Amino acid sequence: MSDYNFAYLDEATKRMLRRAILKAVAIPGYQVPFSSREMPMPYGWGTGGVQVTAACLVPEDTLKVIDQGADDTTNAVSIRKFFARVAGVATTEATAEASIIQTRHRIPETPLSEGQILVFQVPIPEPLRFLEPRETETRTMHALEDYGLMQVRLYEDIARHGEIARAYAYPVRVQGRYVMDPSPIPKFDNPKLNMSPALQLFGAGRECRIYALPPFTHVESLDFEDYPFQPSKAADQACAICEAADSYLDEVITDDTGGRMFVCSDTDYCAARVAARQGDAA
Amino acid sequence: MIEIAGVGKQFVLHNQGGAVLPVMTGASLSVGAGECVALVGASGAGKSTLMRMIWGNYRCEEGSINVAGTELCRAAPRVVLELRRSTLGYVSQFLRVIPRIPTRQIVAEPLLAQGIDEDAALAKAEGLLERLNLPQRLWSLSPTTFSGGEQQRVNIARGFIQDWPVMLLDEPTASLDAANRAVVLDLILEAKARGAAILGIFHDADARAAVCDREVDVTGFTPTKEAA
Amino acid sequence: MTPLLQVEGLSKSYGAHLGCKDVNFTLWPGEVMGIVGESGSGKSTLLNCLAGHLAPDAGRVILDTRDKGPRDTVAMSEAERRWLARTDWAFVHQNPRDGLRMNVSAGGNVGERLMAVGARHYGDIRAQASDWLARVEIDAARVDDRPRAFSGGMQQRLQIARNLVTGPRLVFMDEPTGGLDVSVQARLLDLLRGLVRRLGLSAVIVTHDLAVVRLLADRLMVMKDGHVVEDGLTDQVLDDPQHAYTQLLVSSVLQA
Repeated sequence: MSDYNFAYLDEATKRMLRRAILKAVAIPGYQVPFSSREMPMPYGWGTGGVQVTAACLVPEDTLKVIDQGADDTTNAVSIRKFFARVAGVATTEATAEASIIQTRHRIPETPLSEGQILVFQVPIPEPLRFLEPRETETRTMHALEDYGLMQVRLYEDIARHGEIARAYAYPVRVQGRYVMDPSPIPKFDNPKLNMSPALQLFGAGRECRIYALPPFTHVESLDFEDYPFQPSKAADQACAICEAADSYLDEVITDDTGGRMFVCSDTDYCAARVAARQGDAA
Repeated sequence: MIEIAGVGKQFVLHNQGGAVLPVMTGASLSVGAGECVALVGASGAGKSTLMRMIWGNYRCEEGSINVAGTELCRAAPRVVLELRRSTLGYVSQFLRVIPRIPTRQIVAEPLLAQGIDEDAALAKAEGLLERLNLPQRLWSLSPTTFSGGEQQRVNIARGFIQDWPVMLLDEPTASLDAANRAVVLDLILEAKARGAAILGIFHDADARAAVCDREVDVTGFTPTKEAA
Repeated sequence: MTPLLQVEGLSKSYGAHLGCKDVNFTLWPGEVMGIVGESGSGKSTLLNCLAGHLAPDAGRVILDTRDKGPRDTVAMSEAERRWLARTDWAFVHQNPRDGLRMNVSAGGNVGERLMAVGARHYGDIRAQASDWLARVEIDAARVDDRPRAFSGGMQQRLQIARNLVTGPRLVFMDEPTGGLDVSVQARLLDLLRGLVRRLGLSAVIVTHDLAVVRLLADRLMVMKDGHVVEDGLTDQVLDDPQHAYTQLLVSSVLQA
């Protein structure tokens, strides 16, 4: 512990980050610029999420880190270890026990509760970016609620594919005001953003942006009246391990002859269900 | 319907040392409803100039030109435009049209501009073209490649498609054969009969005699050398 | 009748370089006004000030808005101005690439303005887009094609459809026939004239082509060195030009 300042960042940096977070909470869905620091990991590995987490952590916190829903992948393990070392906080894999959860590309299946903080790692915070390359223009569009272009993108999907083809990073409207990129979570997770009791924070390190959804914020996925939003998932089956039919599944290739299985992407959820079943059996 | 008093006109040629060309002074005439008046005078005496000042493509700075109660001298563009839309018809010697537009569409244009139903307007256009003996196979072609006489008939059809209260005719029978000339004279007589006031330039003395009630010699409006 | 557009004392300069100076005119509903002048005469600066793309240094641009009556578009907020730019007026660029989204389908291009003002029914938006493609003589079967697959003339017609779909009353056009072949120009001119007449549109058209203004414009304004040197009925300005510069301009045109 004496080797590092608590949670790695110096106190002035954490103060800067907390100010940005407070502003983001005050204006739900609005991208607040912040002065992103060099972190001991490459961009794209969650530098934004790590900075937001570092700014939120207090010694009493219990941290959970997931990558694509899993607690045991390289990214998740290394970030968890990082904070265990530089902040000395307790860590967990159980969603319900965590006070802060840093996530890449998923929202846990277990419903979050009041007092929890969910920190998203965001690669590209600007939902209008691939439609309008100029930052000055996208900022003006947000300021003036000029969101026709966003709808054009969905229109193009239907014209081309017969449906809104975005399966992840599906754009949402926050409290009827800002259009927001929910980070590359599957659209299956979009309904969990809405009216969540947890505080949801989004950090984009390379792009230097923080945005937030305070607890119980209204979050609506964009759609058309005649093509309403469908929070569907690719495989309409049950998990091969825990038999859950209501969770988001990953496809796992099991051999090189086309063998495959679908399993819960949320490893904690899956393991808890298996444990509960074994408990019942015993 | 046309009241002209004390109209004068001069051209200032800025790019030729500011030369001032007085072309008209003290022009006065009047044309009543149902009347056809011919402008006469030697070539260059100012017949076309006066016609253009009434139509409005030559600016009038001096005197008064009143058409159907509207003063055109120094009038705002929208006043002239409204008069052209509702009251004042003009058959010029030149056909100025967008290339590739079918003849029947061009003839129907004044009616369409008034918001008249397209089918009715086109039917009336075709009736006039038929009367002027323009072959039906030409109706769907652009008149830009037509002969002089054919273009002239398109111009006349467009000029007569609407029952203008006031009409200006610039050589309406030029380059027409006898049969078509007769049709045009009939059209003029019909317009007179419904009460149109017509001012025209006719080089053809027989035509003039057939339709005109009076002649006005514009030579009297030509500025004298001393005035220049 | 209320004027659609009243321009009073409009001036814009770029540092020491003059864009346009003290421009005044009134445009009435249904009128088409041409602005001619050589490159650098200030006509494009003026058009961009009128359309809210540039902030003038001085002057007022009073538009008779559909919802709130006459309003000065220079003094209003950017949000209001952008709203009007999607509803009450339209801007047709010389180069369709500046006015179209080249990587969005024809239907999406036309539908964008509808969606920007709140349309959220895909079927309705698509039906309106198809209808407008037909009105500008583009086969409705090409509604899903991207504009880069279109010819220059089709792109320009698509740009017009995209602009007119929300029923603006005023259209600003910057050299709308500029980059097109002569035969394609004629078709576009005819289309524009028909639309202006059928929809009762007013238009301000900037061009250096006197033949285009003679066929399209009721009125003409001649600009030189940032100043309006002459204005009046189109055929009057062209047939009886008063100002030295206009006389030079008219006499310089090659007769075809």
